[in-house]
Amino acid sequence: MSLTKQELANRIVEQTPYLTFLGIRFECHGDELTAILPFSEDLIGNPFLPALHGGATGAFLEITALTDLALVDWQGEGEALPPQPKTIDLTIDYLRAGKPQDCYARARILRKGRRVANLRVEAWQEERSRPIASAHGNFLLPGAVGE
Amino acid sequence: MDRETTKDLLTAVPKGTEGQIMSGLPHCRAMGMELLESADGRAVLRLPYSKMLIGDPKTGVISGGAVTALLDTCCGSAVMSSGPGLQSTATLDLRIDYMRPATPELPLIATAEVYRVTRTIAFVRALAHHDDPNKPVASAAGAFILERPAK
Repeated sequence: MSLTKQELANRIVEQTPYLTFLGIRFECHGDELTAILPFSEDLIGNPFLPALHGGATGAFLEITALTDLALVDWQGEGEALPPQPKTIDLTIDYLRAGKPQDCYARARILRKGRRVANLRVEAWQEERSRPIASAHGNFLLPGAVGE
Repeated sequence: MDRETTKDLLTAVPKGTEGQIMSGLPHCRAMGMELLESADGRAVLRLPYSKMLIGDPKTGVISGGAVTALLDTCCGSAVMSSGPGLQSTATLDLRIDYMRPATPELPLIATAEVYRVTRTIAFVRALAHHDDPNKPVASAAGAFILERPAK
């Protein structure tokens, strides 16, 4: 029996220590995957503002893109995790200071070729139309030649 | 770098800026980052290997996200040491190239260098490696905005 995308996303979270460390979880609605980074004191970079650490926001964007890509065509086989794409490069634009609040992100696959996929991903807090950070990057697909 | 040199460098750092950066920054403390050096627009950080940072449970390789956080922090530390009178800094953008997976069990070293600073912006580049800069795990280039006290 194949698992739903939500079940697969939950499995990735359960089995990946860094996702547990950051507290990331995913919600799937239709074909859309939303990543959630619940606020925690450990995500603060600048305690005087206070603001989320840019590195944590960047990591959240990267994980959203990787997970979106890993799940897009994966049907699920037994107990296995979907094979992971690898980040080739990622460019992050920081648009607003991250407040000490929950953060959300969604990725969009602009192109998925045979070896490489290009994704754009945005993170926001209260309003989706006011993103706190956006990123675009290239990812090497699992099983690509030369990997 | 030996322990004494590290200690000297840390005590040489101006009070109120870099000396307290790692323990004072909750996310860096949670990840276990250590500041080895920061002065004159350069910084060196160390990130010990830790199971909680694993991004690929099949191989034990730490997440690219952890490398991103390390490089961002290293760039920020270099910026804060680039001159007197800086109140704070924030990342405008950061590009990261992943050259090879990090090796499980080994600590990562990050070095960053500010190569141009204006009144408002600092341009920085950085490298993450396992003690051999000729075999980089990742490199980064970024622009940081500077906050200076009002005149």
